[in-house]
Amino acid sequence: MIGKPGTYVRILVIEDDKAVSDFICKGLDELGYNVDAALDGKEGLFLATSEKYDALIVDRMLPNVDGLTIVQTLRASDHSVPVLFLSALGEVDDRVRGLEAGGDDYLTKPFAFSELKARIEALLRRGQPTDAPVTKLNVGDMEMDLLSRSVTRAGREIELQPREFRLLEYLMRHAGQVVTRTMLLEHVWDYHFDPQTNVIDVHISRLRAKIDKGFDTPLLETVRGAGYRLA
Amino acid sequence: MKLFRTSTFQLTILYAVILSVSTLVVSAFLYWATIGFLQRQTDSTIEVEITGLREQYRQRGLNGLSRAIGDRIRRGEDPEALYLFANRQLQPLAGNMNDWPDLVSRDDGWYSFTNAADGREVPARGRVLSLPEGLVLLVAREISDLDRLLSLAGTALAWGIGLVIALSLAGGAFLSSQVLKRVESINDTTQRIITGDLSQRVEERGSGDEFDQLAANLNRMLDRIEHLMSGIRHVGDSIAHDLRTPLTRLRHSLEETAASDDVGAMRERVENAIADADKMLATFAALLRIARIESGSYSIRKERVSLPHIVSDALELYGVVADEKGVKIEFDAPAAPDVQGDRDLIFQLVTNLLDNAIKYTPNGGHVYLSVQQKPTGVAFVLEDSGPGIPEAELGRVTRRFYRVDGSRQRPGSGLGLSLVKAVADLHHAELTLDNLDNGLRVEVVFPTR
Repeated sequence: MIGKPGTYVRILVIEDDKAVSDFICKGLDELGYNVDAALDGKEGLFLATSEKYDALIVDRMLPNVDGLTIVQTLRASDHSVPVLFLSALGEVDDRVRGLEAGGDDYLTKPFAFSELKARIEALLRRGQPTDAPVTKLNVGDMEMDLLSRSVTRAGREIELQPREFRLLEYLMRHAGQVVTRTMLLEHVWDYHFDPQTNVIDVHISRLRAKIDKGFDTPLLETVRGAGYRLA
Repeated sequence: MKLFRTSTFQLTILYAVILSVSTLVVSAFLYWATIGFLQRQTDSTIEVEITGLREQYRQRGLNGLSRAIGDRIRRGEDPEALYLFANRQLQPLAGNMNDWPDLVSRDDGWYSFTNAADGREVPARGRVLSLPEGLVLLVAREISDLDRLLSLAGTALAWGIGLVIALSLAGGAFLSSQVLKRVESINDTTQRIITGDLSQRVEERGSGDEFDQLAANLNRMLDRIEHLMSGIRHVGDSIAHDLRTPLTRLRHSLEETAASDDVGAMRERVENAIADADKMLATFAALLRIARIESGSYSIRKERVSLPHIVSDALELYGVVADEKGVKIEFDAPAAPDVQGDRDLIFQLVTNLLDNAIKYTPNGGHVYLSVQQKPTGVAFVLEDSGPGIPEAELGRVTRRFYRVDGSRQRPGSGLGLSLVKAVADLHHAELTLDNLDNGLRVEVVFPTR
């Protein structure tokens, strides 16, 4: 399966800071990805256009050709490779500009590797061709019907609030992957901000009480130091 | 030479030149209006006489003309009038002048000359009219009074202009030195500040003129710089203080890990260490974020934002936290006009305040949220039933890392309200904190329009 370590997945890292670049490459390499590194924008653009990659990790500020230009150039020539932007001082405006230029996701330095890993996995999955629009999601013995907006587990109906439904839907769409708290805030609540408390944990524990309580195998798992994973 | 480059010198010269030129122009006008008028009057009198005599000649011939001249002289009505009727050789035939003046030729036109009569020389002005057969007629007037007036006026004018130049040089020097003295004083103060004494202030005289405004602006700028510098110093101290504890703990935990043989315990310690490091990184990220918003380099995304909408989103997100804690939240939002701003930042502001309110409100307490329309804009108001903030510290809680006594053991970075303040300032919104009888009231008024 594409996007899973162990298969031949190629990732290009365009980052001028050698230390950061090594940190990313080493981490991805250990996960089994095939990683190329470019230390400036020109080389990065050359590699991105001449080779075939499954995902790009691009720093915003680069010598010669900056990150935004690289992605704009790729998009202008109908290159649809998923792109994750990195930025030294990630601010909302930078993020929006990055996404407008054709980036698929945005990550602020400094970041935990687990955050990068979770986002790359999400991107690689997004890069796959999707079949007809899904109307049902299945994880284990849990089924979500997107049309009737109902959830059952082992045939038992589970009552969810609208926001809980969206939360579970996002987790189910990323089943098997680690999903970070920031990703949940961005995609389920649609706000990019810095929560003072672990408010997401409270929502997760409520959801967990509804979907896992009374069942033998828990589906929603907490990954320490990273986020959550729906098995 | 250095003198020529000073503003005092340049201003003085400019002042003198302008004043002299204007004096000259005014004098020229006065001359034209007075002496010029008298001259023009003399000329027109002569013109009238000549016309009259030419008419006599045309009607009655030479004899008639001679008689008319004789009559006029005899009557003596006008003692200043001069007549001379001469033949081809300019020998007098009739009139009250002895000789044809040297300075006057026989051609038609205007002449100024000196008339010698009774042993004295009198300045005169007149006109020559040629008649047939080489005869010429000179009609003139003595202008000794006018001449005296002219020389008096000339002397007065020369002295006047001299005085004006002298006075304007003195006045200009005085005025510009007065003005520049104030510039000098500002220069002196800035010099002292450059050498390191930031407490120096430019003297303000309270006159409210441009120099006072300049001085006041400079002083305000210095106040702001001093405030920022002390802020930076405060932040530096705080970082040193607030991050030393987690760093020490981190180091300690790593030390223990290194010494441990138990792989399970090791993993847990490392995970704790990562969590600690993440917390510190988050603190730095928050600091950088506030700094960037405050410095104005944050290019704000302005869009129409509905405050009631944002507040209910925040409530939806944080309501569960309040639930867990047994804090009741009420939200009252009538329809309110949209405000201009950055949706994510305003959401951050609202959640920071809401998070604080829930954190400090005791179990069983309540938080009351509302969006209200005010004359100056739309207000987000939050009232909690927590302990409030000691009155003396109200002004300080928006400082970075400031923690009210007794709150240090509670979770939090001490940056929440700093970020609220920075976001409010960025939106030109007014943030006010007030103690209620029982709790704290926070109001943020976003300007509409």
